[in-house]
Amino acid sequence: MPAAPSLTSESRQRVGERVFSGTARGAGIVILAILAGVALFLLVKGLPAFTAQKSQINGGHGITAYIWPLLFGTVLAAVIALAVAVPLALGVALFMAYYVPRRIGGVFAYAIDLLAAVPSVVYGLWGITFFAPHLVPMYAWLDAHLGFIPLFAGPYSSTGRTILTASLVLAVMVLPIITAITREIFLQTPRLHEEAALALGATRWEMIRMAALPYGRSGIVSAAMLGLGRALGETMAVAMVLSASGIVTFNLISSTNPSTIAANIALNFKEATGLQVNTLVASGLALFAVTFVVNFIARAIVERRKDFSGAN
Amino acid sequence: MATGLATKESPDLGMPPPIQIDTGRLGRSVLLSILVAAAALDIFVSLILGRGPVLGLVVGWLLLTTLLTVLSRRVEGSRKAKDRFVTLLVWSSLVVALLPLVSLLFTVISNGAPAFSGQFFTYSMRNVVGSGGGIYHALVGTILVTAAATVISVPIGLMTAIYLVEYGHGKLARWITFLVDVMTGIPSIVAGLFAYALFALLFGEGVRMGLMGSVALSVLMIPIVVRSAEEMLKLVPNELREASYALGVPQSRTIIKIVVPTALAGIVTGITLAIARIIGETAPLLITCGVTDSVNFSLFHERVMTLPVFAFSAYATPSFPVEASQQRAWGAALVLMILVMGLNLVARLISRVFSPKTKS
Repeated sequence: MPAAPSLTSESRQRVGERVFSGTARGAGIVILAILAGVALFLLVKGLPAFTAQKSQINGGHGITAYIWPLLFGTVLAAVIALAVAVPLALGVALFMAYYVPRRIGGVFAYAIDLLAAVPSVVYGLWGITFFAPHLVPMYAWLDAHLGFIPLFAGPYSSTGRTILTASLVLAVMVLPIITAITREIFLQTPRLHEEAALALGATRWEMIRMAALPYGRSGIVSAAMLGLGRALGETMAVAMVLSASGIVTFNLISSTNPSTIAANIALNFKEATGLQVNTLVASGLALFAVTFVVNFIARAIVERRKDFSGAN
Repeated sequence: MATGLATKESPDLGMPPPIQIDTGRLGRSVLLSILVAAAALDIFVSLILGRGPVLGLVVGWLLLTTLLTVLSRRVEGSRKAKDRFVTLLVWSSLVVALLPLVSLLFTVISNGAPAFSGQFFTYSMRNVVGSGGGIYHALVGTILVTAAATVISVPIGLMTAIYLVEYGHGKLARWITFLVDVMTGIPSIVAGLFAYALFALLFGEGVRMGLMGSVALSVLMIPIVVRSAEEMLKLVPNELREASYALGVPQSRTIIKIVVPTALAGIVTGITLAIARIIGETAPLLITCGVTDSVNFSLFHERVMTLPVFAFSAYATPSFPVEASQQRAWGAALVLMILVMGLNLVARLISRVFSPKTKS
């Protein structure tokens, strides 16, 4: 039969097709499996810390009492970092999108991207040897003149290794990602909106306020949340810069500071044994949950925005 | 408003009087003199009063801002004044954002460069007491661990991207896209804990090996590879695919022979940037690869030193004398920076040289 060989070659082709598409699909499923695996393995490894007796956990008051101050420090540092980084990033993104020709804006975007590429351990070294000592005079001034505000109650740290320093280093580290995303969003603003505003006699700032900011609002929010996710999980820079004592305080400039989950894991993992490892993994699970939720919300906002604007 | 006022004044005329559009404008000389005044105050405070450059800059900046805004409000009206104020803020934010970059580069280069020597690159820290020794073991470790992470991540990442662009249009694809985005936000320390937990279950407590670090880095690298490869594959024109199908080429061969080669430059660029991103990761390697003073060429056996961990531990737990240890830390940091910047540069070169020419 003449049809037979063509049939077999066709079926072989079909098999090849199926293997290839199956592999591609499989790779995608592997990614889902990895993500599920991260949650699962952390849960398995962290579980003993939840079931253990309270007195056996470091500190002697159970796992929640152990994680809570760390979580507090993590959130505090990240929120301060964001409060500094978001306005700055907005300014830089506006500059690159509206205050210079796009070409030159691209050059600056490259410089800001370089900031994102710097390894965190280098930030740590810089923070501890250069940045922290140079902040001490400012802390002294804050302590002397604004000491009545609980945030600056002092007494100020003479090394400068405070939670505020750590937050400022974090701000520098999350600045690039927020800037990059907001710049993209500003560049997507419909040209017609901008030109209509300018044609009506708006100044540049009025054009930005009426055309660019409303259009990009959700994008800016999600960029900030992505930056928040980054700041929550950043490890080495905080571990090196912060001189932590694991307490809960809003005093930003003293030498006794709350630690962060990530930094605490990095600093204590080497010496940890037995249940201590489980405790650290459990705190990592808490960090994973928090960052996952933050990122999830940020991405969901981006997704919804896509549906509305039709931009892709 | 203006016309309303005008009609009150001259009710007989049918024509509104001309509205004054052009208010005054601050001349260039005025702007320049404000700038000079601010700079003079800055120099006066920082140098003559000796209160340091920071305070001088702050005072100078405040003077500049208030003078400009107030003058502009007087002469040009409040709208223009607001615009000038915001322009000043935007420029200042750029300067403030670039300052850390400059300071960081300067600090790392000036502290790290003195550490460089032949010995620094060719010696490990085995049996080194005091000064001397080098980063050879850390260099080897970083290259091995990163290479293994790349070998794990690229096939998975690339195939996923192919699935998302060429095959997936259903719910699964949408979930994968979304979760890959979420995955880019996993903290690096959590990735390290994941690798630790996985290997602890397989090989028992307290295990340390290079492959563990590679797995941890892969968790961070895969989403970056997927994202960049996906973007690149999407850029391949549909006409190319359709032409290939029209010739009777099956889909898998079309992808392998047409789509991927067309996007190859972009994909390689993305992979290079991903490597640059993970090569400096410290935290996951600290808890998976551990710390050692010796060269270890095996990824499956015992601890492996890596550059970022070397920089961290040489600084955090220095050996005697402290200065020598710290200098090695800075040296390692500088090497790391050079590696990262070099990879970024290579990525840009690849995309520029090998990308398909769009303009003919």
